[in-house]
Amino acid sequence: MERRGTRIALGVWVALVLLFLYVPIAVICLYAFNSSNVQSWPIAGLTTKWFSPAIHNGDMQDALKLSLEAAALATSVALVLGTAASFGVHRFRFFGRESISFLLVLPIALPGIITGMALNSYFAFWKMNFGLWTIVIGHATFCVVVVYNNVIARLRRVPGSLTEASMDLGAGGVQTFRYVTFPTISTALISGALLAFALSFDEVIVTTFTAGAQNTLPIWIFGQIRLGQQLPQVNAVVFLILAVTIIPVAIAQRLTRESGILRTE
Amino acid sequence: MKGLSLLVPPVGAFLAVYIAALVALFVSAFWTVDAFTGETVHTWTLDNFRELWHGATYHTVALRTISIAAAVTVTDAILAFPFAYFMARLAGPRMRGVLFVLVMLPLWASYLARVYAWRLILNSHGLLNWSLHKLGLPSAGIAYTNTAMWIVYSYIWLPFMILPVYAALERIPHSYIEASRDLGAKGSRTLRTVVLPLALPGVVAGSIFTFSLTLGDYITPVLIGGPSSQFIGNVVYDSALGSSNLPFAAAFALVPVLVMGIYLMIARRLGAFEAL
Repeated sequence: MERRGTRIALGVWVALVLLFLYVPIAVICLYAFNSSNVQSWPIAGLTTKWFSPAIHNGDMQDALKLSLEAAALATSVALVLGTAASFGVHRFRFFGRESISFLLVLPIALPGIITGMALNSYFAFWKMNFGLWTIVIGHATFCVVVVYNNVIARLRRVPGSLTEASMDLGAGGVQTFRYVTFPTISTALISGALLAFALSFDEVIVTTFTAGAQNTLPIWIFGQIRLGQQLPQVNAVVFLILAVTIIPVAIAQRLTRESGILRTE
Repeated sequence: MKGLSLLVPPVGAFLAVYIAALVALFVSAFWTVDAFTGETVHTWTLDNFRELWHGATYHTVALRTISIAAAVTVTDAILAFPFAYFMARLAGPRMRGVLFVLVMLPLWASYLARVYAWRLILNSHGLLNWSLHKLGLPSAGIAYTNTAMWIVYSYIWLPFMILPVYAALERIPHSYIEASRDLGAKGSRTLRTVVLPLALPGVVAGSIFTFSLTLGDYITPVLIGGPSSQFIGNVVYDSALGSSNLPFAAAFALVPVLVMGIYLMIARRLGAFEAL
């Protein structure tokens, strides 16, 4: 319907925007293989020599370990609380149902600096030691909504008749959950968990307020970039993170498509 | 009431930790810190707000934050609209799926990595100046300036604008556009009087993200900005963790919350929530 000229112009625009989105990512990937320790363009030559010292850097390893632990624990908390909330909201109509979604989305809607500051002074008030668990609580606040959104979206698409049929055929509550409800939401749970993990693993702002003296991986990277230290190693670590985070996200993308008994084609 | 018992753990945890912490934070905005002991004084006062009201530096910082957030929002809307239009109206189903993933993917690539990439591109020996030089143009000295921050924020939040605009455009029934053409409207008129008004809620929905995320950030000013690029977030961060003046930090943090509150009220009037 659009004229030929308009179509071509729009196509060019799309190509330019994609270039804008991906050139920086390509640049950072190339710098990881920069043979010079001077960060200028064009890079002097290609090398993989920074990867070994980057991987064996003790501070980096500690930060990575803390990040993985925090992300795993925050994801677990988010799975339990997010799933419970989505079932509660989906199954039962009650006054104030909408306000629960609002409550859960608040940590994402408000600037991270506010969540971070609020939790920081709250933990200090209760004289909690800043460390793994304060990071986990901070991350869980904004991970819950990711699981919640994924699961409730799936529950809304599953026809209620499926569980009713199961009950009519004599299955108990547990059996129905095990054989009907759980299989229909399992991929939503996995994709929610992967996204929550990725979100936690990448978070900087709330973490700076809840980590105390410890470094998660993003905080370590932030510190190194700001102080201009060990930049070749930082480039290598950043490249590895990009490579590794793309994988779970790609899996999550695939899983949220219709699958199993929900397939409509 | 099995449903209610399912809701007790999540809602209870949120109220006991998150909401309690938020309320405590905003209450503390009305307290002060003793200059000698550094202890928080629990007496009600508007001193923090008075200091904000009279401090010219704070006005500059707040104005800078809000103007850059607004500039980023407008830039992203301009970049996103033709892109989303192509996705929704011209691309085939397969192409549309590919574009969708290509827009989503950068969102999940590390935020720090993407900001850092721009630091490498914009610095005086980076890709930008190298390209300008190859084209025979003079170097651009935009590293560590507000211009750099404007570019980086526009880059980082762009997917948040494209997705809701696309969703809004996709929902416009094809028959509306055909009807407009049958009634004799030219392409540009159809765009102006049919497509744009119907896409507006999507643009507003996207602007909630681009505006709010820029307002609350403090990482990019540290990595990309220069000495006069402080954001509200930086002042808040410094007074909360640097000089331990949490009451003042809380008071200043109310500014972006207030701005967002007003913005959301306007957005609701424009029907942005149905487009989310």
